[in-house]
Amino acid sequence: MHRLTLRAVLVHTALIIGSASALMPLFWMISISFKLPQDIFTMPPSWLPETVTFENYQKLFSSIPFARQFLNTLGVTTVIVAGQLLFSSMGAYAFARMRFPGREHLFMVFLATMMVPQVVTLIPTFIIIRTFGWVNHYMGLIAPYALGSAVATFMLRQFMLTIPVELEEAARMDGAGHLTIFFRIILPLVRPALAVVGVFAFVFFWNDFLWPQVVINSEQMKTLTVGIAGLASSVYGTDWGVLMAGATLTVLPLIVVFLVAQRYFIEGIQITGLK
Amino acid sequence: MTNIPITASPQTVSHPPMLSREAREGLTAYLFLAPNLISLGLFVVAPLFAGLAISLTDWDMMSSPTWVGAANYAGLLSDPALMLSLKVTLLYSLMVIPGGLIVSMLIALALNSDIRGLRIYQAILFLPYVSSTVAVALAWKWIYNPQYGILNAALRTIGLPQPDWLTDPAVAIVSVAIVSIWQTAGYNAILLMAGMRSIPKHYYEAASMDGATGWQKFWRITLPLLKPTIFFVMVTSLINSFIQSFNIIFVMTGGGPGNATKVLMFYIWENAFNFFKMGYASAISYLLFVLLIAVTILQLRVTGRGAEEIR
Repeated sequence: MHRLTLRAVLVHTALIIGSASALMPLFWMISISFKLPQDIFTMPPSWLPETVTFENYQKLFSSIPFARQFLNTLGVTTVIVAGQLLFSSMGAYAFARMRFPGREHLFMVFLATMMVPQVVTLIPTFIIIRTFGWVNHYMGLIAPYALGSAVATFMLRQFMLTIPVELEEAARMDGAGHLTIFFRIILPLVRPALAVVGVFAFVFFWNDFLWPQVVINSEQMKTLTVGIAGLASSVYGTDWGVLMAGATLTVLPLIVVFLVAQRYFIEGIQITGLK
Repeated sequence: MTNIPITASPQTVSHPPMLSREAREGLTAYLFLAPNLISLGLFVVAPLFAGLAISLTDWDMMSSPTWVGAANYAGLLSDPALMLSLKVTLLYSLMVIPGGLIVSMLIALALNSDIRGLRIYQAILFLPYVSSTVAVALAWKWIYNPQYGILNAALRTIGLPQPDWLTDPAVAIVSVAIVSIWQTAGYNAILLMAGMRSIPKHYYEAASMDGATGWQKFWRITLPLLKPTIFFVMVTSLINSFIQSFNIIFVMTGGGPGNATKVLMFYIWENAFNFFKMGYASAISYLLFVLLIAVTILQLRVTGRGAEEIR
């Protein structure tokens, strides 16, 4: 069936080189995390650990409150993603299905805010959070993001516009209000779009570094990225085994999320690209 | 094309007639939008103006701010560290944007062919993008390590020179750019591939009948029709590169050696949160904002006009 033409050989070669390059750093990260200290500094480096050890992981959990930082990250990310999905779909519903004065202008403002880079808002946002007394507090990590994002609202609105209104009209005839229509009809129908927005937001906020780095200053409150970056600039800075153990545990949950929800990632990119 | 039924719905009857139907709908709409509006107002629009105000002051966050007018902006011009940082940022963008585009275009072309195992390749190529930048930057720091890193070990084996990837000022920014390209290439490739898939097949069929080579088809059909996607990839990589570069540089070089990798984002962060020069840092971030807008408009003009030519 598939005759192996010269072209196919070339394409496979290119993709194998590309895939190997993509995996290489991740492979070494995991491999080193299971190596004994003396095996890390052998020359040339061995691909796999001579003896598999969990020493680095034990050291990681005893040198910084890693378990706490893991739970911080999980909790904060979950709350932000849940908040964005709920509040952005509410906003999207208003834009897609309701008539109200100022709708078009407000929508333009939403689009415009998507263009504002974080660089510009970073300092004033920190001052606002500081005014609320939320520095080094979960609220500081969550508040700026959990009430929805313009991108999420925009993407969900685009998706809702593709849903035919007939279903809602029947419900409306039966006296259903917007709240009922939103929760009972629209939300279930936009599930695929929620999955796309949700997985991207999960990855983004799990990996976010700049904002947590600015707003958190104690080990107990740190998220994983800030935690391992701090570890790298501490006395453990050259303890590659421990650092790679931290990096592995930071990346691993996302790889699992990605493998489970792969379809939504690929779909999501295709939607973004063809907008 | 609205969905308001022509007959009055029962709910109009059951409510007191104080508010009209339209007014109630408007009120409900704003309630639905309230969380979004609070968020955008408090964390995007207000900071946008507050930042401008802060940039006109001298403020260390401890004492109260002193109004200095345009002094911070005047100071920008006579700051050699800023000029260096602008240069580093420009250099970084000039490597990451075209470099990233070429790499991801090659991957996209490979992915766009009809071969087996496409989904597996796609998944693997996408992994760097979901991996935390801070974590993979740590792994790369080991790879680049001159004594026991894998990169120089490999170069030594095949007898090539072994640069000091992160401690040689001339090389460090290249090393950082490589990590950035590595992390985003798969994502951008899938974007470009989606763009390629949306090009109608009959263009290629017609070109084949006219005897066009694969190379000609790429330059005459794929590339021109892909311009909107290429533009999107370029703008997003430009904007992302600021935050992403900060993460990579924070972990791998700390802006060094010397100031060789101190991109603008890092310089802003350092001024604000290390030196507590909030006013000055805000002024730089506004400069960066204006630069970003200018570059985006420029890219829009260059690629946008090109796209119209072929229609």
